[in-house]
Amino acid sequence: MREIDVSEVTRAIKEMCVEANHRLSPDMKKALYDGCEKEESSLGKKILMQLEDNLKIADEDTIPICQDTGMAVVFARIGQDVHFTGGDLEAAINEGIREGYTEGFLRKSVVADPLERVNTKDNTPGVIHYSIVPGDKVELTVAPKGFGSENMSRVFMLKPADGAEGVKNAVLTAVKDAGPNACPPMVVGVGVGGTFEKAAELAKEALLRPVGEHSKVEWAAEMEKELLDRINKTGIGPGGLGGTVTAFAVNILTYPTHIAGLPVGVNICCHVNRHAHRVI
Amino acid sequence: MDRHITLPLTEENTKDLKAGDYVYLSGIIYTARDAAHKRMDETLNEGKSLPIDLKDNTIYYMGPSPAREGRPIGSAGPTTASRMDKYAPRLLDLGLRGMIGKGRRSEAVKEAIIRNHSVYFAAVGGAGALLSKAIISSEVVAYDDLGTEAIRRLEVKDFPVIVVIDREGNNLYDMALKEFARE
Repeated sequence: MREIDVSEVTRAIKEMCVEANHRLSPDMKKALYDGCEKEESSLGKKILMQLEDNLKIADEDTIPICQDTGMAVVFARIGQDVHFTGGDLEAAINEGIREGYTEGFLRKSVVADPLERVNTKDNTPGVIHYSIVPGDKVELTVAPKGFGSENMSRVFMLKPADGAEGVKNAVLTAVKDAGPNACPPMVVGVGVGGTFEKAAELAKEALLRPVGEHSKVEWAAEMEKELLDRINKTGIGPGGLGGTVTAFAVNILTYPTHIAGLPVGVNICCHVNRHAHRVI
Repeated sequence: MDRHITLPLTEENTKDLKAGDYVYLSGIIYTARDAAHKRMDETLNEGKSLPIDLKDNTIYYMGPSPAREGRPIGSAGPTTASRMDKYAPRLLDLGLRGMIGKGRRSEAVKEAIIRNHSVYFAAVGGAGALLSKAIISSEVVAYDDLGTEAIRRLEVKDFPVIVVIDREGNNLYDMALKEFARE
């Protein structure tokens, strides 16, 4: 058994909140650069060049890439041989979010109650997905999620008979409905299978996969390519102002499901697909 | 076509703005998003006057990230405009001339734009660091308790926006789909 003091978790989460909001991963930067080359609309190209400039300014001047620095989504994969000491793990994660957002000049976008809507003023709590895995390490991912695109995300409870065409139509419907609202070019996370909540969680997790990598499931990899092509033919384009680069990637994750169901979760992310990753 | 406009917008200078025009705005604009709109609406319901004069003014749907020392503002890009659709027609009827946001608007907003000779601009969503460079100063003028959602008075210089809905009701998002859809 390995002991880990929860203050280490707090420190890692804090640093990742700041990092993710100022710098995108290399695959996202490359996707933007490639998109700029491919875009056929002159206005679309101009928008993509501005987004490249925006990333440069964010990095060099330490200004968040987007003012919506998101609700902090945390994936914590915890080795079963780890014993946490020094306090409550969940409190430690939220303390990391609190310190990251207050000390890092990030926007506080969380309200304590969905109807009363009073801001918590420190962006806590985050949304935390735990899983227990073999080993004695703790793998943490912070993925701040903006709500322009989150609001356009959907869960479809399809019938088994709807099959592959049903899944594709569900994704295309969500993307077309999102249109300019979700700050395209988007990354589209898709979860197929599981239950109602599993499909949504898979869709969220799918956004973490680097742009350009495909599913190991053969049909899913094919569907990712086909859907990306069809999404880029919708005409939505950068900023929704028209063009041929509407999405950078479609990432599908799958899970076994029930004989009666075909759940499909579609989590849309804007071009600011942020995530930072650490192993303790 | 690219244009430079010195604010405030007027009955006169919105006449030439067409959906698709790229415009650089200079002058004063005000920020307001969800919570500020709700509060302005409640204020009007109570028969009281608003904390800002709407006449010929432009509202930017934006809640910034905090400013670092020595800077006027943090990251400052547009938020989704459709959440303000419930309130926008009433404000337009009271003289509001311009709105800056991102994303689609309702039919009711479009009709209010036509009726009042106003305009809806989009700024580039997710380009908050870049857009912050066009903001010279920022001052909270109302609803300070709302934090990022307070009403701010911004002085902007060559702030880049695109006309999405012009006063004739032309909508760039619809035009763009027609032009670029391939299936």
